[in-house]
Amino acid sequence: MGPDQRTNPDRQPDAAPAGGAGRERSGLVRPVLDVRNLIKTYGSGETAVHALRGVSLTVARGDYVAIMGSSGSGKSTLMNILGCLDVPTSGRYLLDGVDVSRLSDRQLALVRNRRIGFVFQSFNLIPRTNALSNVELPLAYAGMKAAERRRRARAALALVGLAERAHHEPNQLSGGQQQRVAVARALVTAPALVLADEPTGNLDTQSTAEVLGVLDRLNRSGRTIVLITHEPDVAEHAHRLIRLVDGRIVQDARQAPLPQPRQLAETVDA
Amino acid sequence: MNLLETIRFAVRGVTANKLRSGLTVLGMLIGVAAVILLVAVGNGSAKQVQDRISALGSSTLTITGGGRSTGATTQNFSLTSNLVPALSDRAAAPHVASVSPVVTTSEDTAYEGSSHTIPQFIGTYPSYLPAENYRVAKGSAFTQQDVDSARKVVLIGSTTADDLFGTVSPIDQQVTVNGTLFTVIGVLGNKDGTGFTDPNDVALAPLTAVEQSLTGYGPLNQVIVQATDADAVDAAQNEVTAILNDKLHVTDTANEPFRVLNAAQLLSTQADTAQTFTVLLGTVAGISLLVGGIGITNIMMVTVTERTREIGIRKALGAPRRTILAQFLVEATVLSVIGGLLGVAAALIGSQFTIVGVKPVVVPASVLLAVGVSVVIGLFFGSYPASRAAALRPIEALRYE
Repeated sequence: MGPDQRTNPDRQPDAAPAGGAGRERSGLVRPVLDVRNLIKTYGSGETAVHALRGVSLTVARGDYVAIMGSSGSGKSTLMNILGCLDVPTSGRYLLDGVDVSRLSDRQLALVRNRRIGFVFQSFNLIPRTNALSNVELPLAYAGMKAAERRRRARAALALVGLAERAHHEPNQLSGGQQQRVAVARALVTAPALVLADEPTGNLDTQSTAEVLGVLDRLNRSGRTIVLITHEPDVAEHAHRLIRLVDGRIVQDARQAPLPQPRQLAETVDA
Repeated sequence: MNLLETIRFAVRGVTANKLRSGLTVLGMLIGVAAVILLVAVGNGSAKQVQDRISALGSSTLTITGGGRSTGATTQNFSLTSNLVPALSDRAAAPHVASVSPVVTTSEDTAYEGSSHTIPQFIGTYPSYLPAENYRVAKGSAFTQQDVDSARKVVLIGSTTADDLFGTVSPIDQQVTVNGTLFTVIGVLGNKDGTGFTDPNDVALAPLTAVEQSLTGYGPLNQVIVQATDADAVDAAQNEVTAILNDKLHVTDTANEPFRVLNAAQLLSTQADTAQTFTVLLGTVAGISLLVGGIGITNIMMVTVTERTREIGIRKALGAPRRTILAQFLVEATVLSVIGGLLGVAAALIGSQFTIVGVKPVVVPASVLLAVGVSVVIGLFFGSYPASRAAALRPIEALRYE
């Protein structure tokens, strides 16, 4: 599951403006996320709610970012926009160098499928569908053959330590296990970016540790992770901490050095 | 996502809520079964009419008389046996094979204490038997000699024989008909039921004997003319009409005081009626199929609403719009096709039974049509809910509780 799979030219939703052969190398220096002056307003006139009031942010490849903020600070709105689930009122959002606002509905679906892995607070597994099928789902939407899909889904489940629970349905799994299935589902397509929206919000301490352990491992293996939380100890796992208040970034602190691109490339290839 | 995969997802969706899916399928089942079965009933009754046409013999003409008002003057016309020789004239009517005058009456008949009312006591010529497809099962038919000498002999139908004689052989027994003794000389073979009256509850006797002792020498009820063959019916009809016009001095041919009915013509009206009946039944059944289809729309709307969150998850995982569309369309089609196939099965089982006196005859085309229509209904009635599901914005679908 190296980067070569997600940059298959046939599957590319939209060639990056700077695309071409140099893409692989330059991809390591170009930020995964590049958000400029993002504004999101719900409603209009007197009742307008300003969820984001101009957020600019770049996230480098391999980084591990925690976004903190009280409820209503706009962190979920930001996450939804980053995950291509919602569109900003104004501002520019480049994902892997591609301007997302210019993409069609179909291309957005492809971006969500190939480049983003989403982990939700409420797990959001498909009910009455076993863990393996849940993890397979993004690959099914990507049009992968059943045998290969199953192999990768099993590998992803093994990575989160749930290989032997592959045939359990969500209601037969604990919260922590469900969330780990969700993480496996997020990483199975080898996305550039894993977005986690309060992934531990509904979990007990034990499960929180398990899920964070998985995320930490993912980051060490080179995956870029953006995580929303309001728990300081969860945020401590990240290399970089961003605080959001009233739709604006008020603090952006590095807690640990960004893994070196060279090291990263070696880890990914290994 | 290939089609097989989509179908698997759809089947999983359908089986997730078995009761609801079952009821929806039931709606389709009833619709499809109704279409096939009711069309089969209509078709069966049309077939009965056709059988009746061939039973009656397509080469006979029925002449009925009666008065007809023509403006100021009223012509009174009565068929009499005097016309028979003219109609039988080989030169004037070369296409006429036989002419049988008929008087019909209903008579109380008694044999040794048992009595029976024969609804059709017919006085006629021997030629009436072949013209009306009667055959003699036991004994023998009366002859022209019997007619000439007005012998009181009678042929009875099987129902009449059973009612009057039970197990006794009726041949050569004497029955009292309205006070006159008639000798039974034969029993008619069974004739298929073709109308509302039992064709086996009849008595046939020489015209002269019936006129002499029962009806008197009044007008005939009808004259049955048999053409030389089925193709000659039209020619015979023209000849008969010409002879009658001549004999009765009819000047206004547009308003004849008699009617010559062709058996085939008579029944073609009934065939038309049966056709209308089939169309009517088919329409009613079609409406129930439509209602079944609306049921599918309804249930798919509920499904889409209920699974909004699931749709949101699928979209967040990168399901393209058309995959969601296909999933719900296929789900609706799976419902309707299962309903359709079960409906075909139900209709085929139902068609084994006689319904309101009609043996249904399944039209193969209606089976194919009903199944085809059920697929189309699934696609058509599923398309609105499916497109609604596909058009959901992912974030709104995910937030839906």
